[in-house]
Amino acid sequence: MGEKVLMKGNEAIAEAAIQAGCRHYFGYPITPQTEIAAYMAKRMPKIGGLFLQAESEIAAINMVYGCSSAGMRVMTSSSSPGISLKSEGLSYLAGADLPAVIVNAQRGGPGLGGIQPSQSDYFQATRGGGHGDYHMLVLAPASVQEMAELTVKAFDLADRYRMTCMILADGTTGQMMEPVSFDFVPGEPVAKPWATTGTKMERKHNIVNSLYLLPDVLEQKNIERYEKYEKIKETETMAEEFMVEDADIVIVAFGIAARVSKNAVIAARKNGIKAGLIRPITLWPYPEKIVAKAAEHAKQFISVELSMGQMIEDVKLAVDGKAPVSLCFRAGGMIPMPEQVYDAIAEADKKLKGGN
Amino acid sequence: MNYKRVTLLCGHYGSGKTNIAVNMALDLKHQADRVLIADLDIVNPYFRTKDSNEDFEKAGIRLISSAFANTNLDAPALPQEMYAIIDDRSFHAVVDVGGDDVGAVALGRLSKAIADENDYDMYLVVNCYRPLTRDAASTLQVKKEIEEASRLSFTGVINGSNLAADTKAEDVLASMDYAREVAEAAGIPLAATAVQESLLDELKGKIENLFPMKLQKRPI
Repeated sequence: MGEKVLMKGNEAIAEAAIQAGCRHYFGYPITPQTEIAAYMAKRMPKIGGLFLQAESEIAAINMVYGCSSAGMRVMTSSSSPGISLKSEGLSYLAGADLPAVIVNAQRGGPGLGGIQPSQSDYFQATRGGGHGDYHMLVLAPASVQEMAELTVKAFDLADRYRMTCMILADGTTGQMMEPVSFDFVPGEPVAKPWATTGTKMERKHNIVNSLYLLPDVLEQKNIERYEKYEKIKETETMAEEFMVEDADIVIVAFGIAARVSKNAVIAARKNGIKAGLIRPITLWPYPEKIVAKAAEHAKQFISVELSMGQMIEDVKLAVDGKAPVSLCFRAGGMIPMPEQVYDAIAEADKKLKGGN
Repeated sequence: MNYKRVTLLCGHYGSGKTNIAVNMALDLKHQADRVLIADLDIVNPYFRTKDSNEDFEKAGIRLISSAFANTNLDAPALPQEMYAIIDDRSFHAVVDVGGDDVGAVALGRLSKAIADENDYDMYLVVNCYRPLTRDAASTLQVKKEIEEASRLSFTGVINGSNLAADTKAEDVLASMDYAREVAEAAGIPLAATAVQESLLDELKGKIENLFPMKLQKRPI
């Protein structure tokens, strides 16, 4: 598929997973991500892959665990309430150092909430979601093209670091249709000598497990994992910077919120306001150095989110008191319009100029 | 376009049915006094004909849509008023059917009455830029599945091939061989090629039966 095709974000994720070598998908339907399952159901049988609709989200994530243990590239997807159900499995995957790709097309919450887009699972995604000391890699696409590219990257990162990698999308990016091309090349397959693929009586058997009988061994395991996390922070952080260099007012927004914000930044620049945008692409690891660098000159940060304000905590940590950080939001499935973001920028600008 | 009393729009989901249905209803209102548009989509809770409700009200078009369309209730509910499509023959009806055979199931409830009255067109909306209908063979498979589910036969093909807001005139031109091949293999006419209004000047004279459309959505 070298030429452009018109796809929903959810379909782009599914096709990209297939092109990344994923032949095993386990899931359970939930709006607004069901197109991933529907696409897999149509395509997998034709290419010798497996689509399985599990009896629940919990069953699906444990099938992912088993499949990954056997060294296969495997994916599951859901939306907010379903990810909560999978959270126990996410912790077990982390505890067993298993690579897997998890998609969350977020919808409004808490509880059953609604089916409209949201970004209110930021804490759940970046802080782990399940129990114990662990992190997932978290990627936040802002276009259908990026849904595809980041899915391929997610498989590569997951294998390289033996971690779960979450695509944190939302109802908008999942449902919207845009042209997408698949002319990228997936990374080299990673050897998995730890996988439970049968010893053929030639080696000692492998064990994939998250239970440690001795606490000091478990402690050491956790310390090693966090050393790995530090390395990932150094090498895998990604963000897009737009007109940040000389900006007085810096918007920080990811996914669909960044798309809306970009329009507002362009409008602000046209009206002579020095605004800029930092769009984190990795939410864990968070691009804290990029935000900190902007804090050396910016006088105001605005976190734009489809939530009551979650990522704002990471912005504040990175800004480290050097400038005020405010929130511009819609929640519960509503999306901020560029005008709302522009007004927040204009108001901040007025305050800054009034202070001089 | 020339319209029968009932116009049914079916196809693979994402082929452009809803945009075409909305524009057909508005076009039809110039030719017929009483026009209704019915949304029978039981597959997709988003991007519904209801999004254009203001336009319908302004034009005096009756909208028949599930009370739950565009709400948080994600139920495959059909509007009770849907029987007006077959019961009230004083109306010309445009019917936006959900995607694929799964969506066409909803039509099965009305198919006998529609076939008996025999004053309808059922159009297969096709888009060669959708990944699962890239060629005639896969599109004809979708056609067969929809006909089985709806228990009606297609009377024409509408080429809705597009790449959303990025569609260029050459993309439409490049889709014509595909659309003609689908129509020929299906043994039904290529009734129209639906294009965004902005492309009309570039395509005039190059494509027969152009159907210009205003798109429903504003891209973010």
